[in-house]
Order: sequence, then C-alpha cells, then structure tokens
Amino acid sequence: MLRYSINRIIWFIPTLLAMAAVTFLIMSVTPGSPFDPSAGNGVNPETIANLERLYGLDRPLPERFGKYVWNAVHGDFGVSYHSRPQTVKDIIGRTFPVSLQLGAMATVFAVVIGMTLGTLAAVNQNGWLDYFSVTLAILFYSMPNFVMGFVLILFFVVWLPNHGIDLGLPVGGWGGPRDWILPMIALGAAPLATLARYTRSSMIEVIRSDFVRTARAKGLTENGVVVKHVLKNALVPVVTLIGPIFAAVGTGSFFVEQVFNIPGMGKFFVTSMQVQDQTMILAVVLLYGVFLAAMNLAVDLIYGLIDPRIRY
Amino acid sequence: MAQSHPRTLDGDGLTLPPQTATPSASELAAGVGGAGSLSRFAGGELTNRRQRSLWGDAWRRLLRNKLAVIGLVIVTVFMVLAVFAPVLAPYGQSEVVDYRLARYDPTWTWPFGLDANGRDMFSRILFGAQVSLVVGVLSQVIVMLIGVPLGAISGYFGGSVDNTLMRLVDVIYAIPQLLLVLLFVNWWGPGLVNIFLAIGLVGWVTEARLVRGTFLALREQEYVNAARVTGANGVYIMLRHILPNSLTPIIVALTFGIPTAIFTEAALSYVGVGIRPPQASWGMMVADGSKPGYIQSDPHMLLFPVLAIGLTMLGFTFLGDGLRDALDPKGND
Repeated sequence: MLRYSINRIIWFIPTLLAMAAVTFLIMSVTPGSPFDPSAGNGVNPETIANLERLYGLDRPLPERFGKYVWNAVHGDFGVSYHSRPQTVKDIIGRTFPVSLQLGAMATVFAVVIGMTLGTLAAVNQNGWLDYFSVTLAILFYSMPNFVMGFVLILFFVVWLPNHGIDLGLPVGGWGGPRDWILPMIALGAAPLATLARYTRSSMIEVIRSDFVRTARAKGLTENGVVVKHVLKNALVPVVTLIGPIFAAVGTGSFFVEQVFNIPGMGKFFVTSMQVQDQTMILAVVLLYGVFLAAMNLAVDLIYGLIDPRIRY
Repeated sequence: MAQSHPRTLDGDGLTLPPQTATPSASELAAGVGGAGSLSRFAGGELTNRRQRSLWGDAWRRLLRNKLAVIGLVIVTVFMVLAVFAPVLAPYGQSEVVDYRLARYDPTWTWPFGLDANGRDMFSRILFGAQVSLVVGVLSQVIVMLIGVPLGAISGYFGGSVDNTLMRLVDVIYAIPQLLLVLLFVNWWGPGLVNIFLAIGLVGWVTEARLVRGTFLALREQEYVNAARVTGANGVYIMLRHILPNSLTPIIVALTFGIPTAIFTEAALSYVGVGIRPPQASWGMMVADGSKPGYIQSDPHMLLFPVLAIGLTMLGFTFLGDGLRDALDPKGND
C-alpha cells in the first residue's frame, strides 16, 4: 500500500509538469496580453515593453517555463498581470476558501441526500419513493449546473414570491447562510443524482445476495439487516464516485459562482480568462490538477482500506 | 467521469463480462459478418428471409422503453426545429422587431416575448438550436475521427505504441476538460467553428480510452484468434471483427457526447467566450436574460433559453440511457 502510494505520487510529478507545459504553451501562443492597450488603460508601447521586460516576457520560452516551474516549486506563482501588484498567491488565498466552502457544502449535500434517496429507493423498490427518487435523479443528472442555478432562481426567487410564498432567498451574493442555499443545491444536484443512482443499484445488488438472506433467516430485524449488512457492503463501490464528484463540483463552480455572483476562484478564473491574465490562469489550472489528483489518490487508498479484498 | 480504479489493469474502469457459453447477439452478428464470404454463395433465399437483426432487436427494445421514446421525440423535435430554423422562424436571428418594445412579455404574436434589443425570442431560440446542433454533432464527428482510430490502434497493438499514446492521453485527461476547452477557445478566439473544434480536440481523449479498453478486451476473444489463424491481417481484423463488436459503447458515448458538447457551448457562451454576439446562442440568451434586474422584471428572457437547454439535455440523456439498455442485451433486467 505504501509502495503503491509512493509510486502514484512519483508518477504524478511528470504528469503535472506536462500539464504545466501544455498550459504554458497554450498561454504563450494565445494572442494578446494583459498589457495590451485594449485590455487596460491605454499605456504607451514603451511602458508595455518595460512591463514585459520586468516580468521576463522577453526571454525565450524554455527559459521562462524553467523559471516558472522553479519559482512554483518554491511556492511563488508570480504577480497577477491584471491585478498588479497583487500576487497570484494572495488572490487564490482570498478566493479559494470561498470556492472550497461552496464545494464542500455541495459535496456534503450531495452525499447525504443522494445516499439517503438511493437507500430509501432500494429498500422500497418499485414503491412511490423509488419512482420519486429515480425521477428526481434523472432530472438532476441531465441538468447542467448553471441551468440548474437559473431554474432554482426562477422558481424560488421569482415564481414563489409572486405567488405569495417568499422564502427570502436572494438572487446572488455571498454574505450569509441564506446566500449559500441555492448555489449549494445547484452545484450539488448532478453529483447527488449520480450518487443516488449508484447507491440504489448497488444496494439492490446486495439485497439479493445470499448473506442478506442468511441475516434475515437468523431473525435480524429489517433495520438491522439494512444498516449492518446491506448498507455496509453497498457503500464500498459508491466510494469510488467521490473522486469524479470532486471533479464535477470543482469545474462546476466556474459557472455556479458566475450565476450567483459568488466571489470565489471560479468566478475569478472566468474574469482572468477574459482579461488574459496568464499567471492567474496557469496557477488555477495547476491547482485544479493537483487537487483532483490528490483526491483521486485519497479515494483509491480509502477504497483499499475499507475493502479488504483490494490489494495494491 | 472515468477515473483510475485499482482493480482494472488498463485503468479505465471498463471491464467486459467474462466469456459465457452462449454468445451474445452482437457476437453472433460478427460471426455472420466474418463468414460473409460464405453467405454470398448461399444465394438470395437466405438473405431474403425475414430475420431479426441486431439493430431491429435494439430498435424494438428502445421503443418498449417509455423514457427512451420521450427522449427520441424530444431529440427529433429539436433536430427538426434546428434544421428548419430559417424556414420556421418568423424573424431573422438578429432581426429587431421593434426596439421600443424591448423585453415585451410573451403574447400570441411573439410566443416567447421579445429580448432586451427587441428581437423575437422564439426565432432566436430556433436559431440557437441550430448552433447547438452543429456544435453537438460536428464536435462528436471530430471526437470519433480521432478517438476511434487512436484508441483502436492503442488497444489492438499494445506495447510501446499503446504506452506512448496513453501517456499523452493521461496528460490531457489530468486537466479538467472544461478548463482545456476554455484555454483553447481563449487561444483561437470565440466563434462557432473554434468551439466545436476545441470540444472535439479535447473530447477525443475519453473516446480513445473507451475504444482502447474495448479493443484490448476483444482482441483476446476466440473469434479474433480464429481470424488471425486463417491469415487475416491486423487492419482487416480490426475493421471486420473488433470494430463491429465495439459499436455499442462507441454509439452510447457519442449519444452522451452530443449533450455534453451542447452544454459546453452554452456554458462558454454564457461566460462570454463562446458564440459571437449577433449570432443566437442559448448560452448567450441565458446571459442576457440574467443581467441584474431583468430576472425579476422579465423572467421570460431567462425562462425560455433555460427551458430549451434543459429539455434538450433531458431528451439526449433519456435517449442515451435507452440506447445503452437497448444495445446491450446482456445488461437487461
């Protein structure tokens, strides 16, 4: 297990380097720079040349890339070209916690509700609860998160108040708990659906197995069977979903943060894209890469821990 | 969605069921295809006989599935509206009906109302469908043209070819796909062509992994060995024996690829790096309708594009789910 993890981590280094190289290359061939007069305040060409020299943009590409990697390894991701003199680290340090909070809430929401729905559906197979959760899962699953966000806004912020039921939910912002509810649902809906679907089919498979029949035969109560035998075994394959769910929540936040006007990293990233803030874009892409890879590794290791049949 | 799973050796989570005593319909079909040279001598009687083909069976199974039929209807309506948009739309896609009537509520004349520039929302939704259809289909054509051959070569030949290709695939796969599409579009600039090119050039990776996994598993099958023994060369085996048997996952993946591409285009246009403004795009209409103040005063500007995207997604998902069940007789409950 230790060897496996070390192996995975070592393999990750070239992947990350290649990822950085691909992004760096794309960014360097992308026309326009944050110092273009069109992007900012009409600075003269001499100033632009000076700025480019200051940030080393006049150096050859391999040298720039080497320097970038060297600095990044030392925790220095440079200055945001657009929001000088703020450093990329400052901006990410300010916006990432917001995204992390939103992402964590959405994940918890998806896991709790999704697994509950899946379990209830499996236990009451072909009952109304089953049909309800399956229908809900399909609806949530096929709805892109930003569309989901607007559906929620149209329903809770426009339609309900117009019909006399005002829950006091705002269109957007990130001030207090009231602002958190709709983005959390919008971002968590798709993962919730995936989880509910998998939990349901996994549970149904376990319910049909021999050891469950044995457990019933020896006189355990229905709740005892479900909690002790079915749930425990059915959750094992569901754990593998947590990796993809983090990925979905991570990239989903770009749009959900835009929809609800949340000052997180996703919204900032979209802005960076529009103003060609290369250092910001590069850092965000790398951060996502590291984050997702770490999550996937963690999931694989957890999987090995809870399922003794798996050996690395 | 696929993530490396410790249990599968090829690391793409795709496992085929072990060989069973009774060959599946698809395997039988391939057997017939393989013996095609023989049936040529059997004369017309054999081929004229009413037989239940693999596709006929799948079609019947699809029609039995209520959700799949709903999906099929939605997708068909969407495609007809998209293709005939120029004929069906009462106004041009950027034609201003009356600037003074901007944001006019839905009426019988303008069933979806007018937008902030006084343009007919209904016409723009139809033209937006056209953009969505073009992006969805053409991006998947690119995905297929790159992903299928590369995955096939990688899976069939294995060895160093496979290693090199899969390392490349791993790197691209490590970057969230949406991010990469954003980077590409940012590089090439907005516009319809750049969008479906970017989606296609990023999306083939998933397809290649899928095809590779299928080919890897199928090349060990007995009928492939039999073909090899009789002297068939690699390309012939790949095209005549393995490819027909990998069509199911490929078709299902493409069916799910279309709505993903449509969503990606809408999302890009929504954040302002997608379709160029005078052209209609659902994502852009969502962006227009969600500007501060409009949501509460003129919800129709947001409602109709949101419904259009949502319904299309729903239709393709239903159809994709149905196709997967219909094409895979083994997985039927």
